[in-house]
Amino acid sequence: MTEIFGVPVAVLLGQLLLGLINGSFYALLSLGLAIIFGMLNVINFAHGAFYMLGGFAAWFLLSRLGLGYWGTLLAAPIMVGALGVLVERLLLKRLYRMDHLYSLLLTFGIALMVEGLFRHIFGSAGMPYPVPPSLTGGINLGFIFLPLYRGWVIVISLVICILTWLAIERTKLGAYLRAATENPALVQAFGINVPLLLTLTYAFCVGLAGFAGALAAPLYQVSPGMGSSIIIVVFAVVVIGGMGSIGGAIVTALGLGIIEGLTKTFYPAASSIAVFVVMVLVILIRPSGLFNREA
Amino acid sequence: MGSATLSTSTPIASLQRTTGILLISAVAALMLCAPLLVYPLFLIKILCFVLFAAAFNLVLGYAGLLSFGHAAFFGGGAYIAAHAAKVWHLPFELAILAGTAFAAMIGLAFGALAIRRHGIYFAMITLALAQMVYFLAVQMPFTGGEDGIQAVPRGYLLGTVDLSNITAMYYTVLGGVAIGLLIIWRAVNSPFGHVLSAIRENEVRVTSLGLKPDQYKLIAFTLSAALSGFAGALKAIAFQLASLVDVTWHMSGEVILMTLLGGMGTLIGPIVGASIVVGLEHFLATSGLPITFIIGLFFVVCVMMFRRGLFGELKALLERPKS
Repeated sequence: MTEIFGVPVAVLLGQLLLGLINGSFYALLSLGLAIIFGMLNVINFAHGAFYMLGGFAAWFLLSRLGLGYWGTLLAAPIMVGALGVLVERLLLKRLYRMDHLYSLLLTFGIALMVEGLFRHIFGSAGMPYPVPPSLTGGINLGFIFLPLYRGWVIVISLVICILTWLAIERTKLGAYLRAATENPALVQAFGINVPLLLTLTYAFCVGLAGFAGALAAPLYQVSPGMGSSIIIVVFAVVVIGGMGSIGGAIVTALGLGIIEGLTKTFYPAASSIAVFVVMVLVILIRPSGLFNREA
Repeated sequence: MGSATLSTSTPIASLQRTTGILLISAVAALMLCAPLLVYPLFLIKILCFVLFAAAFNLVLGYAGLLSFGHAAFFGGGAYIAAHAAKVWHLPFELAILAGTAFAAMIGLAFGALAIRRHGIYFAMITLALAQMVYFLAVQMPFTGGEDGIQAVPRGYLLGTVDLSNITAMYYTVLGGVAIGLLIIWRAVNSPFGHVLSAIRENEVRVTSLGLKPDQYKLIAFTLSAALSGFAGALKAIAFQLASLVDVTWHMSGEVILMTLLGGMGTLIGPIVGASIVVGLEHFLATSGLPITFIIGLFFVVCVMMFRRGLFGELKALLERPKS
């Protein structure tokens, strides 16, 4: 019982773990994308760029300013979120009344600018980022050796996803947000500052992407291309899950991470296209997405 | 957008038509003489992207579908044409045809999938499908990975004209692109084109008239993919190279920019936009400035300041005092 279909169990579990970690990042990003789409009616192509900026902010704070790991994990999302406020207030805000297409193109342009600038300054190579001393090493779970940092990534991602979900579904602020999605004019009439709510939503979700980037820094190297390579997969995840449900986005993201991990074990050549193949199947079988109520 | 003038027989319309014919003749004359003045290979590049952008505009500008995956057709056409010419030793025309046919086939498949979802999902699905093509191009042995397919033989036009002569190659590409643009012009000005515009403006109403919008969209998408593949195939043969650059999502973005910058939903807009973007990149390539950054900046400026594009804004400016 040490092999399944000719693959050692330890290898299989290792790949599943990697898949779960990838899935955690997909979840953090697709959650933000879904909330931004729900609230602002914007497909934020720049989400990957903000993820990359989070990684670079963490790298800069750690290697240049000597801030510790925990400090960077807190500061990087705040920096990215602040940038998000600027983008929303100066640019995105003016496009709300237009076709969705324009905000998609705007954020696409922003993504190109950010990636182009960082590629120009840092080249394509990755910046190494050490695992924090408090999270090095690992624990033996009996069936698998779990590096501590990987376990931490999965746990904290899940906690943040669930907290965000609870905040939107169960708190008063969340109720305002959901109401503003349904009918912004009416909510505004009740004396709630809807434009501020929108800005904060965008900043929070973008900050979430920055947090994911900072969290990812010790696992993958920090590089200018890290954002665009993940965002397209996350788009596929969002197409599969549909953007109607936040819980659905989280479940889909983790599930696809695991499917990717399994593909890597049994048929490595197809691992990079596994998510897209799943997407094609879902469009064929259930065109509106797994968790969507309407097309 | 949507400035449809019903009065085709008014003096202004006939004046516009005369101006149009004069303009086209002038551009045609210019393009015929151009290789005397400018490096032909650079002109070939502009021509290929002009056709690519015009084909893309058929989907975005007329049918109102934002495809984020047109690089798959452009690059796919380039790979198949290059492979056909180099490995299968097909003559020039058949190699180009193979590339075009391949692009049309995947265009049909991608279109059929993506049209099942509307609006913003359409963009995301096309992007994801094109990324799949990119990953396949990276991994499949015949594409040559990072190196691409190099030293593709240009062959002979109709078995007689040696295309290794750059001038002959230029006029061949010019002819090919002219045919492509003519097809687009015909499609747009046909009843089919009018239905497409109607779908963009109000899909529900088109359905209520008893037409099937999805069929029209799929035909437009496939035609656009085929012509994009044709442009890619021409570029691959003329440059004797098919590489990963042509299938990246950057390329899909670039063709959007060309169309947006020139003016989507106009016939001349993409031509203007493609010329500017290719010219700009040519200039920037030696300047050491970050090209991607500047392309992104153009995007932001276009979206924020002039959404109708250069030609669209000019048209609006010219039409305003008269009406």
